[in-house]
Order: sequence, then C-alpha cells, then structure tokens
Amino acid sequence: MTDTSSEAIDKTRVHQSEAAARRRKARANAERRFQTYGVIAVLIALAALGILIFSIAGAGVTAFWQHSIKLEVQLDEAQIDPEGTRDLDTLRRAPYRTIVRDYIKGMFPEVTERRDVRTLTKLLSTGAVTELREYVLANPDQVGSKVVLHVPVSDDIDMLLKGQIDASLPESDRRVSDQEIAWVRALQDKGLIEREFNRRLFVNSDSREPELAGIWGAVIGSFYTMVVTLALAFPIGVMAAIYLEEFAPKNRFTDFIEVNINNLAAVPSIVFGLLGLAVFLNTWQLPRSAPLVGGMVLALMTFPTIIIASRAALKAVPPSIREGAVGVGASPLQTVFHHVLPLAMPGILTGTIIGMAQALGETAPLLMIGMVAFVADVPQSITEPAAALPVQIYLWADSPERAFVERTSAAIIILLSFLIVMNILAVLLRQRFERRW
Amino acid sequence: MTGALIVTLAVLSVIGYYMGRSKSVASVSGEVHQLHSRPGYYGFYVAIWTALPAFLLFVVWQILEPQILRAFVMGNVGPAVSELPPERVDLFYRDVVAIATEGVPSQVTPDHEAAADHYTSLKSLGTWSFVAFVMSLSVFLFAFAYRKVSPTLRARNWVERVIMGLLIVCSVIAILTTVGIILSLLFESLRFFNRIPIQDFLFGLQWSPQTALRAEQVGASGAFGAVPLFAGTFLITIIAMTVALPVGLMSAVYFSEYAGPGVRGFVKPMLEILAGVPTVVYGFFALLTVAPFIRDTADALGVATPAQSALAAGSVMGIMLIPFISSLSDDVINSVPQSLRDGSFAMGATKSETIRKVVLPAALPGIVGAVLLAVSRAIGETMIVVMAAGRSGNLTFNPLDSVTTITVQIVALLTGDQEFDSAKTLSAFALGLTLFFVTLVLNVIALNIVQKYRERYD
Amino acid sequence: MALAEQFDSSNVDIPPGKGVATSTEVKMVAEGVDVYYGDKQAIDNVSMEILDKSVTAFIGPSGCGKSTFLRCLNRMNDTIDIAKVTGRIYLDGEDINSSEVDPVQVRARVGMVFQKPNPFPKSIYENVAYGPRIHGLASTREELDDIVKGSLARAGLLDEVESRMHEPGTGLSGGQQQRLCIARCIACNPEVILMDEPTSALDPIASARIEELIDELRENYCIIIVTHNMQQAARISQKTAFFHLGVLVEYENTVDIFNNPRDERTKDYISGRFG
Repeated sequence: MTDTSSEAIDKTRVHQSEAAARRRKARANAERRFQTYGVIAVLIALAALGILIFSIAGAGVTAFWQHSIKLEVQLDEAQIDPEGTRDLDTLRRAPYRTIVRDYIKGMFPEVTERRDVRTLTKLLSTGAVTELREYVLANPDQVGSKVVLHVPVSDDIDMLLKGQIDASLPESDRRVSDQEIAWVRALQDKGLIEREFNRRLFVNSDSREPELAGIWGAVIGSFYTMVVTLALAFPIGVMAAIYLEEFAPKNRFTDFIEVNINNLAAVPSIVFGLLGLAVFLNTWQLPRSAPLVGGMVLALMTFPTIIIASRAALKAVPPSIREGAVGVGASPLQTVFHHVLPLAMPGILTGTIIGMAQALGETAPLLMIGMVAFVADVPQSITEPAAALPVQIYLWADSPERAFVERTSAAIIILLSFLIVMNILAVLLRQRFERRW
Repeated sequence: MTGALIVTLAVLSVIGYYMGRSKSVASVSGEVHQLHSRPGYYGFYVAIWTALPAFLLFVVWQILEPQILRAFVMGNVGPAVSELPPERVDLFYRDVVAIATEGVPSQVTPDHEAAADHYTSLKSLGTWSFVAFVMSLSVFLFAFAYRKVSPTLRARNWVERVIMGLLIVCSVIAILTTVGIILSLLFESLRFFNRIPIQDFLFGLQWSPQTALRAEQVGASGAFGAVPLFAGTFLITIIAMTVALPVGLMSAVYFSEYAGPGVRGFVKPMLEILAGVPTVVYGFFALLTVAPFIRDTADALGVATPAQSALAAGSVMGIMLIPFISSLSDDVINSVPQSLRDGSFAMGATKSETIRKVVLPAALPGIVGAVLLAVSRAIGETMIVVMAAGRSGNLTFNPLDSVTTITVQIVALLTGDQEFDSAKTLSAFALGLTLFFVTLVLNVIALNIVQKYRERYD
Repeated sequence: MALAEQFDSSNVDIPPGKGVATSTEVKMVAEGVDVYYGDKQAIDNVSMEILDKSVTAFIGPSGCGKSTFLRCLNRMNDTIDIAKVTGRIYLDGEDINSSEVDPVQVRARVGMVFQKPNPFPKSIYENVAYGPRIHGLASTREELDDIVKGSLARAGLLDEVESRMHEPGTGLSGGQQQRLCIARCIACNPEVILMDEPTSALDPIASARIEELIDELRENYCIIIVTHNMQQAARISQKTAFFHLGVLVEYENTVDIFNNPRDERTKDYISGRFG
C-alpha cells in the first residue's frame, strides 16, 4: 500500500472527534438559518398578497352600499304635463329640477337665501333629477299621484355618512361645511336618509359624479373586447400550434417561427399597443377606442400563449394514437383533426382560459389605442367607443374625488372575481379531463 | 353592410357544401365507395371555392379602402388644400372623414364640406360596386367548382391542401406580428430621428417633450434626451429585482426542497394568485397603500419625500415579480437531477449545503435566464409605473426621489390630446423602439440560456 | 454473454482461498430491519452482521430490496418522504437510527457510490474537495490539495486527470466519472463504503478497473456492494447475502453461497432459474 492510504487510516475516527461534533453543531445551525430564510421569503410573499387583498377589499367594501334620500313628492300634473297628453317629449322636458329643489327646500323652510338653497340642493346628487325623470318616463300613469323614490346623496355627503370625511376636523380642512353637516343630521333625524345596496355601481356606466358611476359600460366593453380576442386568437393559435407541432418540417424557417413565438410571449404589452396605434388606427383607419381594435391588439398578445399551451397539449398526446389512426388509413389531417385534437382539447382550452384571463386584466395596450376616453354610454357594437374594466379602474384611480377611491377598489374586487372564476374554471377543466398516458 | 356581406357569404358556402355533396352522391347514384373521397369533401370543395376567395378579397378591401378613398378624395381638392404641409393635409382629411361620418371635426369650411360630400358619394359607390363584385365572384366560383365535382375529382387531397395552407398562414402570423412591430416602430422612429438627431435622443440629459402648440411653430420642439428615462427605468428595475430576487428565489428553494406536499399544495397556489393579479391592480395598490406608507415613514424619519417615489413603484413591481421568479426558478431547481442531491447527501452534506453548493450552482444558468426574463418584464411593465412613478424626468439614483420611465413617457405622450406627427408623438415610438430592442435582446439571451439548460438535463 | 454464464452455475468459479472472510471484526450489525414505502413493505425483518475490511455483496433479483437495504445503512432512505425504516442498525455498536445520531455524521462515516456516476457539475478538483470542505477535514489549502490528490490516487484516477484538475468532472468518460465518485467518497474519510451497482452503467473494461479498485480498497474499508452480476459478486466479495422479496434468504461466505447454497431459492437463482 502507498503512503497516502496509511496516512488516511490514522484519521479514520476523524468524524467522531470533539472538533467534528462542534462543527456539525454549527452546520446544523446554518441549516436551520437557511430554512428560516426560506420560510421568511414565503411569509413575505404571502404578507404582500395579504396586504394587497386586505387594503383593497377594505377600501372597496364600502362602495357596495350607498346613502340615499327618500324623495317623497307629489307629481303635480299641472307642473309636469299641463295638457295631459302624456306625450314623452313633454314629460322629458318637465321641470324636475324645480320639483326636487322645492322638495328639499320644504324640509328646511328657514333656508331662503339663494346661495344657501343652492348648497342645500347640492346635498343631493345631480342624478336625483335624472332618476326622477327616468321614473316618470317609465311610469307616465303615476303623474298626479304621490311617489316615493330613493335618490342618491352627493358623493361628499356619502363620504361623510360613511365616516370617510372626519367631521371633527376644522371646517376649512374638509369638503363639507358645518352647515351641510347640520342639514344632513336633520335629515337623518327625520329618517329620510337610508343606506341601501349600491345597485348603481353595477347597472350604471361611467360618470363624472362618483355616486352615479358604475361599471356596466366597462363590463360590456370588456366583454366585446374579449369576444374579438377569443374569435381571433383561439382559431389562429390552435391552427398555428397544429401546424408547428404536427406537420412543420424541422428547418430554419420553422425554427424562426418558433423563436418568434417565444419572443412575442415576452414582448412588453405596451409595444403591442404601439403596433395597434400605428397599424390598426393610423394605417387601416379602424375606429379609435373601439373594442374591435382593443380585441385585435389583445389577440396578438394572447395568441403566443395559446400556441405554447396548445403545442404542449398536442405533444402530450402519445404517438401511439397517431400510429393507430394512420394504421387504419386516415390521412395526416384526419389523424390530427379526428384523433389528436379532441384528446388535446382540454389542455388547449385550459391554456386559452389562462390567456384570456391575462388579456382581461391587460391595460397598457388599450391606453395606446384610445380606450381611455370617457365613455358614459354602454357600447352597442364592437366598433363604438368603449371602456374596459381595467381601464375603468385606471381612470377612476386617476380621479381626484375621494369617493372614487372606494369605487376603484370595488371595481378591482369585481375584476378579480372574474379572473378568479376564470382560473378556477381552468383548474377544474384540467382536473376533470387531465389524462396521463 | 360588412356584417351582411359576411353572413351572405357564409350562407352561400353552406348551400355550396350541400349541393356539392349531393351532386357527388348523385354522380355515382349512391354508390359512395366509387367516389375518390368521402362525399363531405366534395361539399367542402365547393364551399371553399364559394367563400374563401371572396372572403380574402373582402379582407384586402377592408385594408385598402381607406387609402383608395383618400387618394381619390384628396386628388380632387383644390390647390389651397393640396399645397398645405403634410401635417395639415392629414388634419384636413381627418376632418373630412369626421364630417362625412357625423363625427366631431375640428373645423368646417366649404372645402371640407365639398370633400366630405365627395367622400360620401365615393364611399357608397365603392361599397356597392365592391359588394356586387364580391357576390358575382362568389357565384361564379361556385358554378365553376360545382361543375368540376365528379367521382374522379381528388376532393380530399385538394381540401387538405387548402387546410394545410391555412395552418401555415396562421403560423406565419407570428412572424407578421414581429415584422409589424418592427416596421411600425422603425418607420415612426425614423421620422422622429429626422427631426431630432438620434445621438441627442440616446445621450441627451434633458427630457421635456413640450412642443409649441401653435401651428406656425411646428417642429419647434422641447428637449428629447432620453437618458433620464433610461436611468429612471434602470433605478426602478434595480429596486424591483432587489425585492423580487431574494424573496422569489428563496421561496422557490423552500417549495422545491423543504416544503411538504401539504404546504406546497396550499401555499403555492396562493402565490400564483399574485401572478394573476392585473398590473393595474398593483398600480392602485402602490397608490393606495405603499406610496403613503413610504412617504409617512420617510417623513417620520425627517426625509421629505415626494408622493411618487421610485421606491414605491419599484417595490410594488418587485412584489409583482416574486411569483414570476419563484415559479421559473422552481421549474429550474426541480429539473436538477435527484442523483446530484443524493450524491451530496451521501457524503454527509446537510440540505442547505447541498442546495447552496450543488443544486443552485447546477441550476445557475436557468436561474440567470429567469432573472433576465424578469428584468425584461420589469423594464416593459407599464401600469404600475404609470400610476405610481412620476412624470418628470429627474436624473437621480435616490430611490426616494421621483423618477419617470420609458413606459410612463410612452403613455404620457400618447394619451390625452395628441397632435399627429409632432415630434412629441413620434418620440413615443422612438421610446417604444428602444424598449422593444432592449427587451428583445434580454428575451433572446434568456430564452437561449434556459433552452440550453433544459437540454442539458433532459 | 451474461445470460449463458448465469445459466450454468459451474461457470461461477471461485479460485481457492478466495471468497472466504478473513477478517473477524464486525463493523455493522442490522437487527430486525423493516422498510415500508407507504403501505408497501420493501424489507422484512432483516438481521445480519457485516465484517470490516472485507467486501460484502448483496445479490438477488430486481426489486428484491437489496438496494433499499443498502440505503438503510447510511440513512439515505431519510431523503425519501414516504420511506419508513424500523429496527436497529449498529455502526461500531452505536445505533445509527437513534434520534440522537446525526444522519450527517452517519453519512460522513458511511460513504456511498451510486449506480449511475453522478459527478457534480463542477471541476474535478472541486468534486473531490467538496466533502473535505463541508466536514472541515483540511485546515489549509495544502492539506486540501493533499487530500484531493491522495483520494484521486487511491481511486486510480490521479494519473489520468492530474493535468486537468480544473476541468469539469462531467467531461470524463463513464468509468472515469465513477472512479471520480469513488475518489469523492474516499476523500470524506469514511469507514464504510456502500456501492449500489457501481458498474452497471459501465463497459466491461471500465468495470474490471472498478473491480480491481474495490479489491484494493478492501484493505482499509468495510465495503458493501449491491450487484445483480453474480460473477462480479463471486470475483470480488468475501461474504454474499442473497435477498428475495425483501427477505434475507441466505448470508454466507461467498464460496459457500455459490458452491453449496443451502436454500432452494438461492440455488435456483444461482443456477439462473429466475433473475
């Protein structure tokens, strides 16, 4: 034997020495420290998620209710429809503003100063007048009788009643004056102020007045946009995936396509917006702010995701299926469309849903093609100007009014609910149909 | 109109399908096995001839129509209009279209109105003659295909060739998208660099893109030195990675090496929720919670801080990137073969020694790729910085200062009132080109590294 | 070739004087060891004594539990979540499954070489230096160099790699990689070396080289080798244990196992009736 080996034998008990034990202890401590770092990292991530969810939910939950004033008015026929024709045009032009003002003035007979009356009327939202008009137009037979409506208070008063404006601050530091607070308290004492579910948030479209602003227009805009995106990205993505996975020869050209797709999936979304602006709007002259263009841009963004998911799903179908089909005389295309594609469909759909969920939350490219315009109407088609839910969130987040903070948060809660539903759907689909060969 | 045309084409092709099918069956008096292909293929043969060429023509027309219309309308206006500078001609034409389509023009003159009338009449003439042409083409091709249906026609082969062609076209759209991005950015950027020299843009230290609003001052421009934007983007990216890298990597290590199946099954999906949160929500989170917190903390420490600090935007972006880095690294770490871990454990290494000295070094290329992809995302991320970072280009590396980024400026330049063709608007495309180029390089390198890494252990 | 040889037990020739344990010093003792993978029992009540300074071979058909039992001897089954080991295993009289014993120490004393060579994606030098570094076996760079060179020399690899110590270990040939793994194991200064089919992924020449090495190492270590190649067991081991369906069927001097198996199952396996 060589010298080196006999030397080693002298040290055989080296792992049982005192020094080795001490060293092991230090190493065990290092081990615990390292594991603790891991736990801390996970806790930080979870804490970030928790803070995100709680701060937004906390800010948004109040938006789901709203304070309203019970408007109990006599619809005087002489005032609204003096000729008694119930003609819609006449009804539309009736002086509802005066009716509302007289009603609120009647509550406080001591207020006579013109300026004070105006302030008093401003306790109510401007939507009070509109809603009264809408009511009369919808129920012309009610003219002449006494009706009870719940109309929203103005956003500042709503904030005050929700405790988000601190009445104990000096008067100059808050948006509502002492006089207004006194009036509101008086109305409360009369039992005229009620808290109700904020259905306007769901059925109205965007408005400059926070108390009237809702998400319906944005939801419809998002829906149209998603329809366009799905109609373009899904068939194109799946067909491209079929070609690349099942038929493409392995050459430079298909390699290039592949590199392209992988890169497109990582290109910043705003760049797609610039493409949409330069090509779809400026060159092709498609309408600005329209779900059509938004959907096209998002389709370009989504389709690499769909291709990648579809290829993975197609790849997972075992070759034996293809061999079996070819063996009974199916052509390559029949093999793919009759046998491979149906088996890959659950995976493709899962990938598509995930891609659509990303597209639904995407904002930046929509800003580029002008979907940030203020749109107060519900879009009727894919070529009309529309907002989208995430853009609505951005617009509201940008608004200075205090009352928009809770509405932004509420819109986020609604958007996240949509996304969670989509993701659960994707997970269920995967679990239900996932097959292992 | 367009909707009706599409529906008509669809109906025609369905009719074509059934007629082609029944003719093929009739031609062999029901003895279907004598046909070269199954009867359905004859149906598709006729249906495709009926609808596809007409549809393609329709698409081409949709794209070309505005240009053709413009050429005709502008070819007919008096010298008073046609001799205006190009920007003014564009504006004129936009107003004409606005008048004709009952939009909101910026001004209305008799010239405008005459051109608008011309536009309207041309447009309806064009549309009607186009519809007539498409319909007759469709019917003609239907007749042609129907006549060709016979038992020896290789309908299946033909239909399959068309479908294959369609599949290839769909794949090529990926390339067209990239080409479209590059060309549109390049084209607009070149127009920008005609006015502002490229070196002033890339190396200038001053960013204030306020151009004069008055017409006669077109071209008189603000400063377009993009260095403050690059620096701001860089600063925010650094902050984001400082948050995301340690947290993301350590949680990936924890999930793949330490966590039991219970924790992994429960906590990992929670982190994936973070990945699914839209960036506009992160932006609002920064505005609502993080920025006030940072400002109050800094105030309490006696440091005056603007509301929109780089730290607020950067740290929220970091939170956004945590699940991204975590899931990419998790994949990478899991693909390190178990045999390496076994080899290390068998020598008496502890778990953390194995991770630090064997697993992570082995996974390093993959992790570098993941980090590069995350950096690329941070650079291109828009909504968080638009909402939480500032708009003025400060050249600073103090995280408590307000900085602006490339993406913020693109949004600022292209939303709100824009003047077409001004240096201000065009500069957005130059910024977009820079952004695209930088992220492209990062992505290509990252994807290459990751791909090589995967191949090594597959 | 292997099939023809296995078919006839007369092909397993053991030269006179070989295949007999010469050492009497007991290094490891197993008492009533059971291993469960989830609900499945992989090892059933195995008890045996393993001698120092000799080669003990575990043989048996695939899935008989020989590798599982081997992995009990340095607590490698700890790294598999679903594996549960009961019973006692003594190393120099100390129960290594006891809760006071640090598996890190056990594995430092009981090294292991795997079926497929698994060098770390580091340089040859770093592969060998890894163990001494984590166990603190060298206090200076020179000492570490000595350990690395000594270990490589004893694994018979030094001459081949001395000029490229800083090239990646993954660049070596299969047989060299396996000897690197043996050098890496020796460098930790173990008392026992476990080898799990160390030559099954190698060509015959590289295998022969490893077998020679094992025979040399026997002088200083207690070596336990799992193999499904009976010729290999006959060539290099002094004691052989035959496992079947998780049970230790027979454990004797190698020469007795191959020449006079007592159990029918051993006889059938040796003569190639199943495997």
